[in-house]
Amino acid sequence: MQSRYAAIWFKNLLCDQRAVRMPELKETAFVLAAPRKGRMLITASSVDAEQKRILPGMVLADARAVFPELTVLEDKPGLAEKLLGSIGQWALRFTPIVAVDGADGLLLDITGCAHLWGSEKLYLQDINQRLNQKGYHVRCAIADTPAAAWANSRYGRQKAIIEPAGQAQAISVMPPAALRVEPPVIEKLEKLGFYQLAGLIGMPRSMLRRRFGPQLLLRLDQVLGQAPEPITAIEPDEPYRETLPCLEAIRSGAGIEIAVQKLLEAICQRLSKESKGLRKALLTAHRMDGSSQQIQIGTHAASCSTQHLLKLFVLQVPKLRPDLGFELFELEALMLEDTEQHTQMLFAQSASGDSAEIAELLDTITAKTGQGSVSRYLPDEHYWPERSVKVAGSLQQMPVFKWPTERPRPISLLTTPEKIHVTAPVPDYPPMLFRYLGMIHNVIKADGPERIEQEWWIQAGLHRDYYIIEDHQGARYWIFRLGHYGKDFPEWYLHGFFP
Amino acid sequence: MKQLANKSELVTKLRRDILERQGYHSSTRHRKVEMGLGQIEKSFPNGVFPVGCVHELVSHSSEQAAAASGFMAAVLGKITRPGGMSVWISTARTVFAPGLKCFGVDPDRVIFIDVKNQKDLLWITEQCLKCQALSAVITELKDIGLTESRRLQLAVEQSRVTGLMHRINPSVVSSTAAAARWRITPVASTLCDGMPGVGFFRWHVELLKVRNGEPGSWDIQWMPGHFTQDNAAQPGKEALLKAG
Repeated sequence: MQSRYAAIWFKNLLCDQRAVRMPELKETAFVLAAPRKGRMLITASSVDAEQKRILPGMVLADARAVFPELTVLEDKPGLAEKLLGSIGQWALRFTPIVAVDGADGLLLDITGCAHLWGSEKLYLQDINQRLNQKGYHVRCAIADTPAAAWANSRYGRQKAIIEPAGQAQAISVMPPAALRVEPPVIEKLEKLGFYQLAGLIGMPRSMLRRRFGPQLLLRLDQVLGQAPEPITAIEPDEPYRETLPCLEAIRSGAGIEIAVQKLLEAICQRLSKESKGLRKALLTAHRMDGSSQQIQIGTHAASCSTQHLLKLFVLQVPKLRPDLGFELFELEALMLEDTEQHTQMLFAQSASGDSAEIAELLDTITAKTGQGSVSRYLPDEHYWPERSVKVAGSLQQMPVFKWPTERPRPISLLTTPEKIHVTAPVPDYPPMLFRYLGMIHNVIKADGPERIEQEWWIQAGLHRDYYIIEDHQGARYWIFRLGHYGKDFPEWYLHGFFP
Repeated sequence: MKQLANKSELVTKLRRDILERQGYHSSTRHRKVEMGLGQIEKSFPNGVFPVGCVHELVSHSSEQAAAASGFMAAVLGKITRPGGMSVWISTARTVFAPGLKCFGVDPDRVIFIDVKNQKDLLWITEQCLKCQALSAVITELKDIGLTESRRLQLAVEQSRVTGLMHRINPSVVSSTAAAARWRITPVASTLCDGMPGVGFFRWHVELLKVRNGEPGSWDIQWMPGHFTQDNAAQPGKEALLKAG
């Protein structure tokens, strides 16, 4: 069978991706820039920027001179490969062999695939249409060889599909750059007057090798189909999903538990082989009447223990309503994490064993009470009391710096400060007495003030002057005055209790 | 006379056996914790602060609750193993994590669990008390019956985790299966020579009920790192009668 290849060229891959992420960027001129040799260089530009002659490789300052309203975004290195990899995974729907081609394209081996779409024209139209819908600007081409498809997608002027054995004629009108040879060779060719490949094809081979090196000949042969060009196909991602069809509809809780156990066993076996653990999983139960129900679990630490995960699901099984019975169960891992290396476990066996036990306990609790009920805090770099702690992301996360101890903090803090009435001498003294919940507290001892300024970059507002107060009964409070004494008297608040 | 001596020996042995059966293992069998509570510890069976059982603290106001939280944090700091984790369960949490640091507790080693209703709270407390990896479990609740508290006590007898049950504004102080019932009231701090400011935290600690021990009341002070006690123990019986 005549082999056929399709090449997809993403003209503005990175910019298109940004525009997909941030729709407000659509149809605006924007560029991605990265520092190179002490100046900002444009690495990618959007379609609208290209129309204004702002092209990759320009210095950002020059581009700004051409078009002052230019939006500039930071370029993340390595994004293109990742993006092409995931688009490649998506493109597996068109052919089983997809390869990433450089930093801006894909190569598809479409031998024996296009007829499923009717014809190559419809096939190409479908690819084009789907990628355009997603927001990518692409040029696609089909030819007998990968090199010819590549050349046609980048430099083809006439038609996207080169008929079988028509590549020699098609590339004859293309510039030397279509051969994918080194820039010095292209330069040399152009200097010698080869503006089109037509002149080059008929030349004696020995002469070409002597003047331009073996690479040019190889490329030429690859375009014409006289030398093979291997492509490295990407491995399809296998989704972490298991299904279990049931012969008879399952209606009982015990039956559902057995089904979940079977699914978990299959998925956990694969996870433990890949030393991965589950953080989130979704069970979909399809009912006989066509409707489906879902239950979801989450864990605090990556886990691939069937027993533990089953326990979490069992807590939620009563939420399912089987009615006539379930006929199909589907388990999908929504979030995975690499599990810790076992060598580490050997050294700190007791500590990590403990934390695994605690993680399992917390998972059980979360499964019962819902997300957000379990929290652990780390110090944050803010003086403002409400912002001085942040929630830890995982059980293993350690504080980046020490908990501050230089200033006393109350043991209990009210979520919203409560207003109190005070009698206080001006300007900077603690109150002599205050009324809280109808009780009058005479202040015997006081410490302060500790001024905490509002962080203007987060929130606008007045500063607080905190005092530690001890009343006649010996109870200790944390109170503050909001703002300065000015035209009107500042307000006082009770914010916490000292032990 | 000799017979009498034998008898008293027998009685002490029997007492020890009873304690053993009630879950109070003699200090040689498990980790001994240096609480530094001085006189207060003498009130407990075997003369040590019992870990691995459930303690109950009762508070009737926010001020008392804060003092009790401080006392619990201090106890937590003493009984937590290095790197050990503990759990603080509540329905309406007011405890402020950075405030724990001055009691020798690393606030990032405490897991806070917020629960919506009492039923879930008790279930979670029991699950936590069964988890041997935890150092201590603190629960803030309003009311608890004898049956529920007995369940918690049974859970800790297996796992040897220390449970601190803090009852805030209880509608009725019913009897529970806890090993001890405490009430902590803040008292005015002392400052030497008219120094300005507020002194170290001082509390009036009342041990209202102790299983197999002597109730009493004391004034203690928390200095960074340890408890200090400045006056001798008052006779416990009167305090107990006064408290009802």
